[in-house]
Amino acid sequence: MARFTPENLVLAQEILSRYPRKKSAVIPLLHLAQEQDGYVTNDAMANIAELAEVTAAEVIGTCTFYEMFKTHPVGKYVINVCTNISCQLLGGEELLEHLEETLEIRSGSTTADGLFTIEDYECLAACTEAPCMQVNYRYFHRISNDEVDEVIADLRSGKLADTIPDHGTLQRVRQTIPADKLAGVHAPETVVDAPAWMSRNEPVLAARAAAEAAAKAAEAVEEKKAD
Amino acid sequence: MATNAYVPHAAGYVDNEGPKIVSSRFVHEDSYTLERSLATGGYEGLKRALTKAPIEVHDEVRSAVLLGRGGAGFPAGIKWGFCPPGKWPMYLVVNGDESEPGTYKDRLLMECDPHQLIEGCLIACYALGLSQCFLYVRGEMALAQERIAAALNEAYEANLVGKNILGTDFSVDVVLHWGAGAYIVGEETALIESLEGERGMPRLKPPFFPAAIGLYGQPTIVNNVETLANLPWIMVNGAEEYKKFGSETSPGTRLFAISGHVKRPGVYETEQGVTTFSDLIYGDNFCQGMRGDDELKMFIPGGASAPWFFPEQVDLPLEARPVGAAGSMLGSGAIVIMDASTDAVKACLRVVRFFARESCGKCTPCREGTTWEETVLRRIYDGHGRPGDVEMLLDIADNISPGPYPGAAWEAEGLEAIPFPPKQTTICPLGPSSVAPITSAVRRFRHEFDAKIPQRTSIPVTAS
Ligand SMILES: Cc1cc2nc3c(=O)[nH]c(=O)nc-3n(C[C@H](O)[C@H](O)[C@H](O)COP(=O)(O)O)c2cc1C
Ligand code: SF4
Ligand code: FES
Repeated sequence: MARFTPENLVLAQEILSRYPRKKSAVIPLLHLAQEQDGYVTNDAMANIAELAEVTAAEVIGTCTFYEMFKTHPVGKYVINVCTNISCQLLGGEELLEHLEETLEIRSGSTTADGLFTIEDYECLAACTEAPCMQVNYRYFHRISNDEVDEVIADLRSGKLADTIPDHGTLQRVRQTIPADKLAGVHAPETVVDAPAWMSRNEPVLAARAAAEAAAKAAEAVEEKKAD
Repeated sequence: MATNAYVPHAAGYVDNEGPKIVSSRFVHEDSYTLERSLATGGYEGLKRALTKAPIEVHDEVRSAVLLGRGGAGFPAGIKWGFCPPGKWPMYLVVNGDESEPGTYKDRLLMECDPHQLIEGCLIACYALGLSQCFLYVRGEMALAQERIAAALNEAYEANLVGKNILGTDFSVDVVLHWGAGAYIVGEETALIESLEGERGMPRLKPPFFPAAIGLYGQPTIVNNVETLANLPWIMVNGAEEYKKFGSETSPGTRLFAISGHVKRPGVYETEQGVTTFSDLIYGDNFCQGMRGDDELKMFIPGGASAPWFFPEQVDLPLEARPVGAAGSMLGSGAIVIMDASTDAVKACLRVVRFFARESCGKCTPCREGTTWEETVLRRIYDGHGRPGDVEMLLDIADNISPGPYPGAAWEAEGLEAIPFPPKQTTICPLGPSSVAPITSAVRRFRHEFDAKIPQRTSIPVTAS
């Protein structure tokens, strides 16, 4: 398990091709690995290191900095409850407590059946819709304790499978750039000239320079007159 | 890309009276599609820009005095002018990492009108000769990523992005990039580090001002999502029209998110510099008053990093300069309203905990200081505080941000306003931001801290 599958390798190459430097693809590739396996495995990091032409240590270094990358298995559904200030004011902490009691786990841990992980999360940019939470990064706004119970039941029964993919999948729609539409990705050291359209400035700049020169000349004439 | 029943289209956005510059399409359920965009004037701004020379587009943006909406409020047109001439290639990095507590507007713009944002990116690239655009979207925003991916796919297909855009010599790729959960990555130099595949740790400024030394060491423009979303309107209607909204030094409109203890929390587009905090909180067109008509205790005027304001400051206009002079900042347009039931120590602890968790750890005063702030505040809140703890908090804070920290006036106590910004011993402003809730709460509600700290009676030592 855990190196990229042939299909994902194609996606990985596509992602890599969009950046002037390969290392820039490390974070998107870590997401792809997490999508494939539900978390980021050591083998995946080694694979990413090869693809991005960096050391495995560098990939681990980047991976461990970011909250969303899990280096150990987590639940099929990761539930992030916002307890930051706007949500705290309207019951975010109580929501988290209720969820902890319902699922009988503390935040930061996973239920024994591997279905749910709870996280005590920072602001989710839904502050006016407090209290709020996410399940696998899909939002639930202004949610009450009863509604949370309903969501848990629906997740268990598979009723929300269409709206909420398994943990790891972020984008069910991906960017694809057809080869004939691509403007072109170049390593920075290979680009020395201004882009083509910048030559459109030339007539404007010339006209401005001419106007300035004319104004200066007129000024000089005025000054001479004054003398 | 279906959302669930708990999240209606443009959730939280309130379509009130008033000019609409960036939110005009939100009322349409299909606002994110190319079809709706084109039917409502989408990409007209780009077409208009393409009839001008790049430098004329830049001039138009400069004269519109478009202020950055990411936090610092720096004029975009002037920032664009900082790129060293002739150093190619140059890049555009779009800051869609919105994670400042209280802030909710960039996500709306990305989810509901991705084409407007893409068009804004293209206008900026055209004006400055930028070779490639990276749209950095916060990792946790799955729907925004899907909507932008779909919009880019449509736009590429329609020849609106990519090679020879609309049959002209203008060619640029817009690449969707996404983060993985780290608030600090919103800081522009950390954003660039992250885009280079590194840990998101800020760089020292100077010398690493992105416009001079940015992505891959090349000149790079970093702009906020909302800033760029204004460009299509400005191109279509012109800087003069734009300046008819708002005040002279803060023209145009802005999206403000008002959360907390109000009757109708939401995201409102309104004119800067004209509308006041009081209008937003009590106005019929806005939040319609405090929840339960309770008393206002305090409010955060510009995101968790901003020092707090109190009832005395509600009549200030939503404009960077007066808010800064009054001791805080307008920041990211995030206003958090707290009523009399709010525990000042608890609110302070929660905000400080955020900064302690999100400190990147690169510099000592912030890494150690924010953790200590949280530890001391936690024990005060839990009832285990020690005499002298409040002084210790202020002392730790002074090591991160020396000197008097910005804060609001309190006339009743003879305290004057200390203007923004704070000083810093750190690489970036995150560390100093952690001080804002502490000095704000201690200055105004010292008695709440003292009441939580057990008063120990000393045990008499007697010789037997
Ligand atoms: C700790 C910290 C976090 C920040 N987070 C964000 C953010 O999430 N989004 C954003 O646009 N700007 C953020 N900024 C501001 C950016 O550094 C930068 O000023 C901004 O993106 C520039 O865009 P603008 O000029 O269009 O406002 C943050 C700054 C700091 C110091
Ligand atoms: S102030 Fe804090 S977040 Fe900013 S660079 Fe230093 S340690 Fe990192
Ligand atoms: S504070 Fe909870 S979403 Fe912002």
